[in-house]
Amino acid sequence: MRLKQRRAQRGAITRNAMEVITAIVIFALGVVMMVDNFKIGAGWASDGPESGYFPFRIGAILCIASFSVALRSFMSAQGKGEEFVSREKFRLVLAVLVPTAVYVLGIQFLGIYIASTLFIAAFMRVMDKSSWLKTTLVSVSVNAVLFWMFEIQFKVPLPQGPLKVLLGT
Amino acid sequence: MDELNSLFQGFSVAMTWYNLGMMMIGIVLGVVIGVLPGLGGPNGVAILLPLTFTMAPTSAIIMLSCIYWGSLFAGAITSVLFNIPGETHSVATTFDGYPLAQQGRAGEALTASFTGSFLGAFVSVLLITFLAPMVARFALKFGPPELFAVFLLTFCSFVGTGKDPFKNVISMMLGFGLAAIGMDSVSGELRMTFGLSDLLRGIEFLIVVIGLFGIGEILLSMEEGLAFEGKHANINAKVVWQTWKQLPKYWLTILRSAIIGCWMGITPGGATAASFMGYGIAKKFSKNGDKFGTGQLEGVIAPETAAHASGTAALLPMLALGIPGSATAAVLLGGLMVWGLQPGPMLFVEQKEFVWGLIASMYLSNIVGLVIVLSTVPLFAAILRIPFAIIAPVIVVVCAIGAFTVHGVMLDVWFMLLFGIIGYVLKKLDYPLAPMVLSLVLGDRAEASFRQTMMGSRGDLGIFWSNPLVGSITTLALIMLFWPALSFIRDKLRGQPNLA
Repeated sequence: MRLKQRRAQRGAITRNAMEVITAIVIFALGVVMMVDNFKIGAGWASDGPESGYFPFRIGAILCIASFSVALRSFMSAQGKGEEFVSREKFRLVLAVLVPTAVYVLGIQFLGIYIASTLFIAAFMRVMDKSSWLKTTLVSVSVNAVLFWMFEIQFKVPLPQGPLKVLLGT
Repeated sequence: MDELNSLFQGFSVAMTWYNLGMMMIGIVLGVVIGVLPGLGGPNGVAILLPLTFTMAPTSAIIMLSCIYWGSLFAGAITSVLFNIPGETHSVATTFDGYPLAQQGRAGEALTASFTGSFLGAFVSVLLITFLAPMVARFALKFGPPELFAVFLLTFCSFVGTGKDPFKNVISMMLGFGLAAIGMDSVSGELRMTFGLSDLLRGIEFLIVVIGLFGIGEILLSMEEGLAFEGKHANINAKVVWQTWKQLPKYWLTILRSAIIGCWMGITPGGATAASFMGYGIAKKFSKNGDKFGTGQLEGVIAPETAAHASGTAALLPMLALGIPGSATAAVLLGGLMVWGLQPGPMLFVEQKEFVWGLIASMYLSNIVGLVIVLSTVPLFAAILRIPFAIIAPVIVVVCAIGAFTVHGVMLDVWFMLLFGIIGYVLKKLDYPLAPMVLSLVLGDRAEASFRQTMMGSRGDLGIFWSNPLVGSITTLALIMLFWPALSFIRDKLRGQPNLA
């Protein structure tokens, strides 16, 4: 608890600011929904409500609700100084998020098996400082199990990338 | 006694070697999923759903529902041994479970909580067996207005749960918005595709669930740093027997918790609320109430019984009305549609084998589950001792594969990542995620029933009060919707701070 109440460090984003930013994004989404559905018709046709009728109103409710959340965060002093996420913690979050994004990109070029092996291995080496033997064992065997399960047992084709040529499938 | 006949037929469906095998696999996977950080009931079921596309629907639902039971059981393991609630519904279990483990009585605590879970689930299954067919028979008379009124009631009763009604509404509306993307099923018009052909199909709810609950949870767990320091549990026949001998004197607590759980599961109160209520009520009524929190067996039994009863009862409205009572039930309902079954009261008429097979499997799988968890706790506890740096990338890989297999499209994996980030931010800001999943799954059907109603009445909203049945459901829904506002005003008038 004490950690949470510590005043935000310089440059760190406060919980309240994040609350407002999120509300603004949601408000914008609401507006986009309303505009897009208004274009296809959000009123009544001869046979009942038009396609945009329902989503248009959903967009409107989103706008109203997000506006009140934003307004309340603005007004309330509660959580003003509390930070949304501390720098050290955010660094940890990025340490998963960035490799994951690279991994997803990797799937596109290398296929799922090569990308997954590299991803697990890299993660273990950097975060856990595992030995090469352990790293290789875990990353290869996990993928072997996945391959067995998806390609052989369930016959669900996953993107194989360059491995495809090697396997000749 | 139609129900008993149907139930016996159900047993004959569920009692094949294949289905029993699926049951075991489901329970074990469910416990693993429940123990691991970043994987939970909804997410685990979502990842495995694509693998069941080719299976017979009955076997598929038996396996997936067993994953759900397994994950419910698993909550107790992490709570008692590690003081970490694997799922939110097991938070209350840590209050007395961990102190018991510290006193070296982890085996007793686990045995008591598993048995409590089992009994809670058993009461719920009995309720499902006899009440669900009745509700379904009643609901067969529903036309579009009644159907929409029930949807409305479901969504409105969600508004009052949780900390902030506005955030509930936002989460729910985001789900509706996501559901509306793609081709409109009534007119065939394209909505919110922004010219992208990939959005024609809409955004699959499975992708959203895997992102929100899987990747989002990993990001959150990462923050915690994660060095698990766990206690060891020693469960053997002697401990189990000695604990069981103590249980009969807690029969009233168990019964109370089971009833609370059933109620909270049918209404979308959820397992989390049920477990806290079960714990609170037991504390209030127990002779040893003031000792709660120091390691009372009763304090472990009460929340676990309620949570499991509630988790199980959440399937009642899903089967009888096609309206799920929890996030995991919502994913299961999505599964029904994928397997080509139409959810709703007609299930009991058209898919007898499926429905009763599932209900019968609930009896069996809870017994199987109890035996499995009692005998294999040390194994599952060992999983938690694997460093997070190994677990995390493996879970990410599994999530990515799960997302890819839904349609075999790379774009879905990117969407998963996006929803992971969204889930992380929303969770940190206390937005509840279950309403989003619920409205995402139900969105299209709710909208269709609304539009059918409006076509029938030529746009007159009065149709929602056109007969006593639909009128009372609609009125009840509106009361639920404005309940938070009403109680806020009441507290203001009394001059008390609003604690809700």
